[in-house]
Amino acid sequence: MQVMTQDSAIKKSITWCRENLFSSPTNGLATVILLFLLIKFITVVASWLFFNATFVGDNRDACNQGGACWVFIKTRIDQFIYGFYPNAERWRVNLVLAAFASTIGFWFFTANKSKRFLGFWTFLLFPILSWNVLRGSNFSLTSVETAKWGGVFLTLMVSTVGIVCSLPLGIILALGRQSKMPAIKTISVLFIELWRGVPLITVLFMSSVMLPLFFPEGVQFDKLLRALIGVALFSSAYMAEVVRGGLQAIPKGQFEAAQAIGLSYWQSMRSVIMPQALKMVIPGIVNTFIGLFKDTTLVAIIGMFDLLGIIQAATTDPDWLGFTLEGYVFAAIFFWLCCYTMSKYSQFLERKLHTGH
Amino acid sequence: MQQTPPKHSPWNDPKVRSITIQVLIVLAFVLFAAYFINNTIINLTRQGIASGFDFLSSTAGFAVVQSLIDFDESSSYGRAFWVGLINTLLVSSLGIIIATIIGFIVGIARLSKNWLLKKIASTYIETLRNIPLLLQIFFWYFVVLRALPHPRDSYQWLNSFFVNNRGLYLPAINVEKSSYIVFIVFVLSTFCSIFFSKWSRKRQIETGKTDSKKWILGILFIPNILALLLLHKSFSISFPVLKGFNFQGGIVLIPELIALLAALSTYTGSFIAEIVRSGILSISKGQIEAAYSLGLKPNLTMRLIIIPQALRVIIPPLTSQYLNLTKNSSLAAAIGYPDLVAVFAGTVLNQTGQAVEVIAITMTVYLILSLSISAFMNWYNNQTMLIER
Repeated sequence: MQVMTQDSAIKKSITWCRENLFSSPTNGLATVILLFLLIKFITVVASWLFFNATFVGDNRDACNQGGACWVFIKTRIDQFIYGFYPNAERWRVNLVLAAFASTIGFWFFTANKSKRFLGFWTFLLFPILSWNVLRGSNFSLTSVETAKWGGVFLTLMVSTVGIVCSLPLGIILALGRQSKMPAIKTISVLFIELWRGVPLITVLFMSSVMLPLFFPEGVQFDKLLRALIGVALFSSAYMAEVVRGGLQAIPKGQFEAAQAIGLSYWQSMRSVIMPQALKMVIPGIVNTFIGLFKDTTLVAIIGMFDLLGIIQAATTDPDWLGFTLEGYVFAAIFFWLCCYTMSKYSQFLERKLHTGH
Repeated sequence: MQQTPPKHSPWNDPKVRSITIQVLIVLAFVLFAAYFINNTIINLTRQGIASGFDFLSSTAGFAVVQSLIDFDESSSYGRAFWVGLINTLLVSSLGIIIATIIGFIVGIARLSKNWLLKKIASTYIETLRNIPLLLQIFFWYFVVLRALPHPRDSYQWLNSFFVNNRGLYLPAINVEKSSYIVFIVFVLSTFCSIFFSKWSRKRQIETGKTDSKKWILGILFIPNILALLLLHKSFSISFPVLKGFNFQGGIVLIPELIALLAALSTYTGSFIAEIVRSGILSISKGQIEAAYSLGLKPNLTMRLIIIPQALRVIIPPLTSQYLNLTKNSSLAAAIGYPDLVAVFAGTVLNQTGQAVEVIAITMTVYLILSLSISAFMNWYNNQTMLIER
């Protein structure tokens, strides 16, 4: 009996191979060539990554096996995560990250009714509190200049601030673009198209050299804050277009029905239109966030030490010259894991929210 | 019975309300702008920075590693702007071409019957699109190109193509004055062959008579070959030759350009591949079955039936990828490729300090570029659109 099933399993896999790998002579040839190249590629990569790599040791002399030198990452991992944040104060970063993680958790597991407080906390209380804790000018904490912030922590922070600020701004802009008042519509369209037409790097340049000129003498803007303003304005334009997509997909009857039961513009937006429109565009919002998350690396160009910036700085350390690839692979794995998870999550949401007939 | 209309307070009149709100918002907008402009003027005069666009004609005093127009230390800032703009256009147009080719190949490979090919294509897509572009540019520039040998030990092909850590060296065609005739002949013959093939196609549709493809090839090639034979002395090919520590002669593609081009086109290619795939999947199966039942072979079906229809779905998102690629080419600043941002918003801004003018010009140029690419693609989209009754 068991022999039979084994037999049929072999038969099945042979049929599968014949259908999917060797369906025609050209296909078969392609399979063989690809397989050969693939095996060669994988052996080279795997031996560099694992088999010839050095995992233990504490200086570069340990790395003499020809493969990757993970010791470089190991000795620097703290810096890659926290930047130049002082050792004794890193618990503050951990605290904020933990609070952030639990906030996200609460969003998943809270009933819809209590989400009002959660929104208040996420979009207002939490950012203010965490800024104070991290910057540390109040609460009798030692102050840590933002120039010392860096690593994964800064990457997460810039992207989170970008998304948190751009969502409300984007909703307002999208509503403005749909508005019947010509002045408001023109201003919104100009604003959106301006930011969408220029590269983020020019926006960052602008925020770092032009923004200080806009304010009277004595008003000092933190470098990080300026970059954050640039990122928030830039991503709000993209968010506005995502939200507009949702608004346009709402049938006109919904607007009219809301009006017919006597709801004002803002009431109907808040309780009828937005809940439907936003739900529809959640995958688009996640995709914007993925784009923003990847784009935060650009702050490295204006001299900030996000994950990529600090790795770039570490590779020029005279003690560790020649380990650029290890640094990049580490960063690539981090970004890949984050973005891949998010994109899978957005695909899952798309399927889950698909409430069509 | 006469009924007096119920009295409204003017605030409840939607027209009055809308006008009031708009006036208030525009007023707030203008006030903000005036505040910022006023502050800027005060700050600029305090710091002793000149304003206006006069700086464009003063001497730049720096050199640029790659420029397609003449540029040296004595050229003006205005010319530096053109150098940067041309370099941006160069890298984006080359990038768009290569990314499209990669995107179509990978996108079609992802739908291949061959399981292995399919998996390799989707791994390529999933890997590249989830890693930041800047990281990929750094990888190409600081890892791949740094690993290339010195000029003395360059990789070479046919003794005329050389790759080393100073760049890619190709043979160059030196053009003398009389050779413009060849160029004119080339343009004319190309136009004639396009015209002829359109005419012959029309004739085929109307009368069913077909002309041999040989005619088109003849029109395309014979005049060119003749012109080349007659005027071959006006051309010379210069090969790159190793002299001392570096190569001389030929064309050199600097490593910054190669790294940027490689990163931009592979990254954008992975997005285009997904667009191509969804475009092809949007073609109903009946179309393919109909093509097969007419006896068309798979690759002809792809070329004549699937791709032309899929293009309608593909073009709008493709446009936004082209725009992204053009905007992303500004990351050149990170590795020192002299594009608009690096030369103009970088070096020129630092030397003149005229941040407002420089940033305004740079942003305007990108805006114009974006708008013209989308205008062109909209035109192309209208050409390929399904013309319905």
